[in-house]
Amino acid sequence: MSISTEDRPGVIDARPVRHPGRWVAVAVILVIVAMMASSALTNPRWNWGKAFEIMQQTPIIRGLLMGTIVGTIGAMIVGFSLGVLMAVMRLSDNPVLRGVAFVYVWFFRSIPRYVLLATMGSLGYLYPVLDIGVPFGKAMGLTVAQIDVNALSNSLVFGILGLGLSEAAYMAEIARAGIQSVDKGQTEAAQSIGMSPGQTMRRIILPQAMRVIVPPTGNETQAMVKDTSLLLAMGGTAATNELFYQAQAIGTRTLLIMPAYVAAVAWYLIVCSVLMVIQARLERYYGRGFGTASQNNATRAKLLGLAGGGPR
Amino acid sequence: MSPTTGRSPLVHAVNVSKTFGDNQVLKGIDLDVYPGEVVVLLGPSGSGKTTFLRCINQLETINGGRIWVDGDLMGYEDKDGVLYRLHDKKIAEQRRDIGMCFQRFNLFPHKTALENVMEGPVQVKKMAKADAEKRAMELLAQVGLADKPAAYPAQLSGGQQQRVAIARALAMDPKLMLFDEPTSALDPELVGEVLKVMRDLAAKGMTMIVVTHEMGFAREVADRVVFMDGGVVVEQGPPAEVIGNPQHNRTKAFLRRMRQEEEQHAKVVSEVVEASAAALADAPE
Repeated sequence: MSISTEDRPGVIDARPVRHPGRWVAVAVILVIVAMMASSALTNPRWNWGKAFEIMQQTPIIRGLLMGTIVGTIGAMIVGFSLGVLMAVMRLSDNPVLRGVAFVYVWFFRSIPRYVLLATMGSLGYLYPVLDIGVPFGKAMGLTVAQIDVNALSNSLVFGILGLGLSEAAYMAEIARAGIQSVDKGQTEAAQSIGMSPGQTMRRIILPQAMRVIVPPTGNETQAMVKDTSLLLAMGGTAATNELFYQAQAIGTRTLLIMPAYVAAVAWYLIVCSVLMVIQARLERYYGRGFGTASQNNATRAKLLGLAGGGPR
Repeated sequence: MSPTTGRSPLVHAVNVSKTFGDNQVLKGIDLDVYPGEVVVLLGPSGSGKTTFLRCINQLETINGGRIWVDGDLMGYEDKDGVLYRLHDKKIAEQRRDIGMCFQRFNLFPHKTALENVMEGPVQVKKMAKADAEKRAMELLAQVGLADKPAAYPAQLSGGQQQRVAIARALAMDPKLMLFDEPTSALDPELVGEVLKVMRDLAAKGMTMIVVTHEMGFAREVADRVVFMDGGVVVEQGPPAEVIGNPQHNRTKAFLRRMRQEEEQHAKVVSEVVEASAAALADAPE
């Protein structure tokens, strides 16, 4: 009945499946890359040295720091906070709040960012001065403060506000999906220890929703880095503090248009690469307490001798 | 033997009805639970026992009848015969004195065992963190988890999670504890540790309403067993009477089915134990 040891099959030493197609593909790609590299090196109009120089010029660096980095961070802070608020309102029992959130998302999602920024840049025409005080109380001298909209309407702050308002509409949908992904039992457990609806949302639901919210927010942030280039639609200091506007200006002034564009492209690539690393870290932080259960169960089962040898 | 004489009930439910769409789940439930009493709700699935439990602490809103807990009308204010729905914050206040344990534990997965237990006292009762932590450690010790304060729920077994959930409910010093099938989601070998904690709690005089299929627990710990079917209370009384000598056919049929399941279950467990013993014996080491 039993077979002797020599007859029983031993260690597997099989030949792998051949993939000739992959080698062909690699060869084609190598040729194309070599052609591109050669042209990049031999075509003097690329002018890498000048591009590298332009990358370090003061207006470009200022555009990078103010328009791109401060712009992205500011717009995402406005967009994220307002977006989460809109998502909470959208899921509220209060029909007024639900309606406001719906209209907000509808309005800002419908307007292209370029158009929104251009329009906001001209708001000073409609409202040169904004009075802060009691409604309809201007004639009675109940105005507390005045804002000079004309001066503000194409500043970087206003531009950041515009990008943030637009972003909030998208973040609202992302946050809503995150909040709805949290198990209903979590709300019930929070209620059962007497937490109010607000406490339940802040302490229990939102921290868990973050796990779902962070990855798409990373995408949104990457998109925002690129969309800061739309600030030029606003004109004024919003435009002059923007990276690509400055690159274009340098390009047209010095007739080194392509090196100036390459300098801008290089900076966008660098900023987005850094963001990818930060996003990976954030995802790990908000994933804490999750995803270890099955591993633990597997280990425990193994310790109890139930895995593999146990009954199925 | 009944602790009911001469005292007012802690839970006073009158003619409670609840409808989900066209489906009437509760059809006029009357139930009084007295301080210190342990009441077990038995019944086939769909009989409404879990729904009734959830109505007591307002996780479900009732369509008819009234529920009073410790003299408070739950969810409403009665002003001269007119009912006014309470604000969510007021309902949250009413829930503070009622602890609840769920079938699926529902621990907060982003918080450690200790943080789960501290959450209620710190956030709701505004207790100082140090005091809350001390109390939480005592409660974890009481449920046999003094060594697990830093563990996240995902790192704990089902039985351990449910015991943390009991500690979390007890941290609010409730007058009443509601248990919704607390052992149904557990592996058979983990049921005992949760039932032991519940037994200890009953022995300390906690008022408890327990929905469970654990007949052994009902027989030993319950002061009263309430058998529900089709949204009504069919019969109730001491466990020896209801389980030992049921009067209604529906109760008899249910108990017969439970007994068969228990025997079946015992058979499976003993088979598993034998098989794993055999597997261990076969193992090379």
